[in-house]
Amino acid sequence: MSKITYREALNQAMCEEMERDDRVFLMGEEVAEYNGAYKVSQGMLDKFGPKRVIDTPITELGFAGLGVGAAMAGLRPIIEFMTWNFAILALDQIVNAAAKMKYMSGGQYSVPMVFRGAGGSAARVGAQHSQSLENWMANVPGLKVVMPSNPADAKGLLKAAIRDNDTVIFIENEINYGDVGEVPDEEYIIPLGKADVKRTGSDVTLVAHSRMTGFALEAAEELARQGIDAEVIDPRTIRPLDENTILASVAKTNRAVVIEEGWRFAGIGAEISARIMERGFDDLDAPVARVTGKDVPMPYAANLEAMALPSVAEIVEAARVVCGRA
Amino acid sequence: MSAKQKQAAGITHDGVFYPLEDLNAMHDSMLYIRRFEEKAGQLYGLKKIGGFCHLCNGQEAVCVGLHHAADEKDYILTSYRDHGHVLARGSDPTAVMAELLGRAGGIVKGKGGSMHMFDVERNFVGGNGIVGEQVPVGLGLGFSSWYKDDGRVTIAIMGDGGINQGAVYESFNMAALWKLPIVFMVENNQYAMGTSLDRASAETHLFKRGISFKIPGMQIDGMDVLEFDKKMGEAIAHARSGEGPILVEAITYRYRGHSMSDPATYRSRAEVDEWRSGRDPIARLEAQMIEAGLATEEEFKQRDKDIKKDVTAVARAAEAQPEPDASELWTDVYTDPIEGAYPYPVKVG
Repeated sequence: MSKITYREALNQAMCEEMERDDRVFLMGEEVAEYNGAYKVSQGMLDKFGPKRVIDTPITELGFAGLGVGAAMAGLRPIIEFMTWNFAILALDQIVNAAAKMKYMSGGQYSVPMVFRGAGGSAARVGAQHSQSLENWMANVPGLKVVMPSNPADAKGLLKAAIRDNDTVIFIENEINYGDVGEVPDEEYIIPLGKADVKRTGSDVTLVAHSRMTGFALEAAEELARQGIDAEVIDPRTIRPLDENTILASVAKTNRAVVIEEGWRFAGIGAEISARIMERGFDDLDAPVARVTGKDVPMPYAANLEAMALPSVAEIVEAARVVCGRA
Repeated sequence: MSAKQKQAAGITHDGVFYPLEDLNAMHDSMLYIRRFEEKAGQLYGLKKIGGFCHLCNGQEAVCVGLHHAADEKDYILTSYRDHGHVLARGSDPTAVMAELLGRAGGIVKGKGGSMHMFDVERNFVGGNGIVGEQVPVGLGLGFSSWYKDDGRVTIAIMGDGGINQGAVYESFNMAALWKLPIVFMVENNQYAMGTSLDRASAETHLFKRGISFKIPGMQIDGMDVLEFDKKMGEAIAHARSGEGPILVEAITYRYRGHSMSDPATYRSRAEVDEWRSGRDPIARLEAQMIEAGLATEEEFKQRDKDIKKDVTAVARAAEAQPEPDASELWTDVYTDPIEGAYPYPVKVG
């Protein structure tokens, strides 16, 4: 095991896959000479040269489409969005081209590529640069949506995403880039579509992805101090969702809280709650609770921003409510 | 003229010799597309073809000239007005008609319909339904040829409506920046749905739209198949030479409305007649061939009868096919579906 950052883990994943497969290339804004806006692609231009690590103009729709066409022609593009906020400009290519090409062509063309970049809330950057859009992506058949919560998962999942034969939406977390964690030294892949139990417990299931996994683990520590034993599940892949792991946990704890940074309306928590209700209804001793971002654009002022995001305290409170301890 | 004489015969257009065999093939391909589209229109009227259906009557010389000029290995992709292009590319007409009818043997298994014809074996990359969407995808196909150095050219086709999309200029910029082997081709049929060119475009000479990206432009008469083939050949050679992309504007006209639901009341009957009777690409080639003593009016009449018969037989064969099997609903969404996680379980109770 080595201790490395989340951004280094992503960098290792891309470098290893580019060494393994010369069809893989990285393209995006500032990925080459600048070494990445968040330094995820540090050193990659030197290692792989300008043909495989390519700076683009600021033109998200265009280079997203470039990735789609290149993937259809047999390459394995990694298209980096500096942040997912800017991917909104590229939605036509992601939703109407990448996701549907295989179906529309009756299986003749597939689009094996990764769209990746920073998502979720950042710090003090206001409404347009701080939001979670994974539910938009996860709504679309044909896409897979992956959101790692720690360095080891980030590396193993990104390698799997690059090797996957479908279009993978890989949403990293802007605030997690500097997080340090233990990563295996030997090569490993984490298969897509497999949730991970990050903490075992018997009283309540906390389901949380991306940065919220860390919040849920913190909340579990506080709950333990209060005599509540929480299990924390990180779906890791939002679509397809490993609902079996979640349901097995709920069958054991009989209570669930779903946590997400994104907006509540039609969010990931709504989907997970519905699935627990549909298939785990008889296991529930209380309604599923949701802790989500507040239903407002992200404000700038520090106090308002903190209020807009889910907090550890809110998760603790929700868990107490579903456990009848509020 | 004896058969031997005819074989040696042909037409020289602007320094290029077109042997009779090629002329016949181009003529028959254009006429086939015309009759195929008429049949599609008829079946649409009978409600056997559903949804949107965009016919290309009038634009046949562009389809046939392009596909005559392009190599088999080249990538071609276009918008939703795609029947003519996929037929000119050599795809099975029964599969194309079956697709229009939503049948199991459709070229994309009945999953795409009129707007989404694909044929991977012929490097025909759609059939794309969002105006201009195919242009960045074409940029990527061109990029792949640059990356792999495979000698292919991509011909990314759009209409005079599509060229106003921002995605097109993003693509122009990157294609020129990296000198990608792409021919951007605008089928200027004078109307973007119901909006005439001069109501939608500040610069109506669309071949000039690449100037600020240093992309050279060519305007070609798209109602003359020989002229179009020759000039398109030059454009493709330019792209293949490594000098970067080129923009081709094909001047053409669609005889029918934008789609089957459009009665085209935004233009005069006289205007349509002027193009149909004065510039029709099929009549033009026939006149040239008759003039050169390569065919007679009677022969063309007979070929038209034969082609109509072929198209009718194709439509019958396609109609006789079953609808896609219900299991097809769930296939081709993912290449690597994940066991237990997809398809989403829809069982109730």
